[in-house]
Amino acid sequence: MGYRFTAAAFNQLLESLREKYRVYAPTLLKGKGKFSDTDLVGYAEISKIEDVVFNQKSYFSPKETFYPVTQRLFYFNENGFSESVVDEKGMIVFLRACDIQAVERLDKIMLENGPSADYYYERLRNKLKMIVMDCQESFDSCFCVSMGTNKTENYSASVRLENGVYLSDVKEDIEGLFAFHGETIEVSPKFVESNKQSVKVPENLVLESVAANPIWEEYGSRCIACGRCTVVCPSCSCYTMQDIFYDDNPKCGERRRVWASCQIDGFTDMAGGHSFRRNNGERMRFKVMHKIKDFKQRFGVHMCVGCGRCDNACPEYISLAHCIDRLGKEEAENRG
Amino acid sequence: MAKNSYLPFKAKILAKYQQTELDWTYRLECQIQPIAGQFMEVSLPGVGECPISISDFGDGYIEMTIRRVGQVTGGIDKLVPGDYLFLRGPYGNGFPLESFYDKHLIIAAGGTGLAPVKSVINYFYARPELLQRCDILTGFKTPNDVLFKCDLDKWAQTFRVEVTVDKLDEFGNLEVIANSCSRRTGLITALIPDVEIPSLEDVRVIIVGPPVMMKFTAQEFLCRGLAKESIWVSFERKMSCGLGKCGHCKIDETYVCLEGPVFNFAQAQTLLD
Repeated sequence: MGYRFTAAAFNQLLESLREKYRVYAPTLLKGKGKFSDTDLVGYAEISKIEDVVFNQKSYFSPKETFYPVTQRLFYFNENGFSESVVDEKGMIVFLRACDIQAVERLDKIMLENGPSADYYYERLRNKLKMIVMDCQESFDSCFCVSMGTNKTENYSASVRLENGVYLSDVKEDIEGLFAFHGETIEVSPKFVESNKQSVKVPENLVLESVAANPIWEEYGSRCIACGRCTVVCPSCSCYTMQDIFYDDNPKCGERRRVWASCQIDGFTDMAGGHSFRRNNGERMRFKVMHKIKDFKQRFGVHMCVGCGRCDNACPEYISLAHCIDRLGKEEAENRG
Repeated sequence: MAKNSYLPFKAKILAKYQQTELDWTYRLECQIQPIAGQFMEVSLPGVGECPISISDFGDGYIEMTIRRVGQVTGGIDKLVPGDYLFLRGPYGNGFPLESFYDKHLIIAAGGTGLAPVKSVINYFYARPELLQRCDILTGFKTPNDVLFKCDLDKWAQTFRVEVTVDKLDEFGNLEVIANSCSRRTGLITALIPDVEIPSLEDVRVIIVGPPVMMKFTAQEFLCRGLAKESIWVSFERKMSCGLGKCGHCKIDETYVCLEGPVFNFAQAQTLLD
C-alpha cells in the first residue's frame, strides 16, 4: 500500500510512532566531521522528517542503533548477577537497501551461527522495524549493484522525498499510523540499477594462492591498522568482552561487550604472548577473504554489501572495491 | 527468545593443587558432563573472562589447570578453596574418543598442552583394554615446568611415558620427574623417530601444544609415514564468547570454538590464520 505525506503529515506520523518507538535516522551531526568545522552524517534519534539526510550516505552504518558499540550484558555485586534491561520502546530505523541486506548478514552470524541465537542481539533485533530510504542515484564509492544488494523487499515501509512530499510504500503498517496520516497513492520504492563503479567478485579463490599474493605486502605498508573500515562497516560484527568495576565499590560492576576489529592490534592476542596476523597486510587479507569468500562459504551470501563506507573512511585511501577487483584479476592471471 | 548463554554460574573451588610455580590445578564443584578436550569460559567478575580447557572431570566436579599469565588467571591465582569461580560452557567439540578404540594411540603434548589431553589419557588409563597400546610423549621447557608429575608416574605403570625437557635449569634436574618415565633432554620432536610403530595403519596421534610445536611434531609423524587423517590437534585462540559470535577465533570460514578446538590434521593444516 502506498502513501503520500506532506512534511507536516509525516511529522505527525513520527510523533505518533514515537509514543511506542524510538526513531533513528541518518542525520547531520554538527561539527562531528573528520576535519574542523565539518559535519558528519550519522545515526541519531530524530523527531522530525526534515532531520533525515536523504542526499548523502551516512558515515557510520545503522548497525550501531540495534547492535550498540558498547552493550551492558549484566551487572554484578556480592549477591550475583542481574541482567541488563532494555528500553521498553521499539525501534524504527531509516536505512538503505544495502544496509538492510547487511542486517540480514548480521542476523546470520548473531542469530544462526553457533548453538543458539545471541540473546542480547536478538533482544534488540526483535524490536527493530526498518524503513528503507530509496536510493534515487548512487553515491560515490557504492558498488551495491555488483554485490546484488541494491534492492530489498525486507522493510516495513519505504520513504523518499520527491518534489517536497514524502512517498512511502508500506508493507507492514506500524500501528495503522501510515494509513491514518497518509494519503493513499501508488508508490513503489526506487533502487539504483547501476553504480559509478562496478566490482567483479572473483569466485573460486584459492586461499593459499591469495595469501601468497604480494598485494598484501603493499596494502600492509599503507594500512595503519586503525580499524575504521570495520567500525563503519554495516556487516562487521566482532566484539570483545570487557569487565568494569565501580570506583566506590570494586565488588560491583558490569560486564559489557564492545565492538572489536580484526584490523586492530590485540584482536588475536592470548595471555602468554601468542598472537596471529601480526602484519597489517595479513589482517587485510583476513578481512577481505571474510567479506568475499569465507562468509559465503558458510552462509551462502557474501558478507560485503558494497556500501563503500570503508573506502570513504580509510585515512590511507585504501579501497576495498579496488582491492577485490585487483585480487580477482591477479589471481585469474596466476591460475593462467 | 534464545536463552541468555552469557550469564555464568558459580562454581566453588573444592581444592587447589600446585603443579609448577605458575600452574595450579583447580577442582571445581560442577554438575556438567563434558567431553574430553572441551573448554569453559572462566571468569572473575570485574576482571574478565577467558577460555580454559577442562583438564579432568568426574562425578560432580571438573578440573582446570591454569597458568598465571594474564589478568584473569592472575586473579584466579589468588583464590583459595572455598572461593568461587564463574563458569559457562562446556564449549567446543572435544576429542573423538571412539575413533581411538582398538588403535595404537600416541599422545604428544607440549607444556600446558598436556592439560586438555589429561582426561583422554585418564579415560584410557581406566580402560586400557580399549587400546592396542599407548605412548605418551610430553615436552616441557625445564624440569620445573613439568605438569601432573604424579599422573605421569601413574600412567607409566600402564603406558609408555616419555618426558623431555628443552633444557635443565639451575634449580631443576630430571630427578623431579617420576622414575617410571623415560627422561630426556631435547625437543619433543626428537622423541618421535624412536616410537615403536608395529602397524602404521593402527596408529592414531593426538598433538597438543604451542602452534610451532604442533606443526613440527605433526611433520615428524608424517615423516614416519602416517596419514594426515590419523592425526588430531587442539587449537588455542583468543575467544570472547565460545558461541560462534565474537569472531576472535575465526580462521577462514572455521570457528575454533564451534568446529574445534579439536581438529583432524587433514583439516587443521588447511587452516590459514
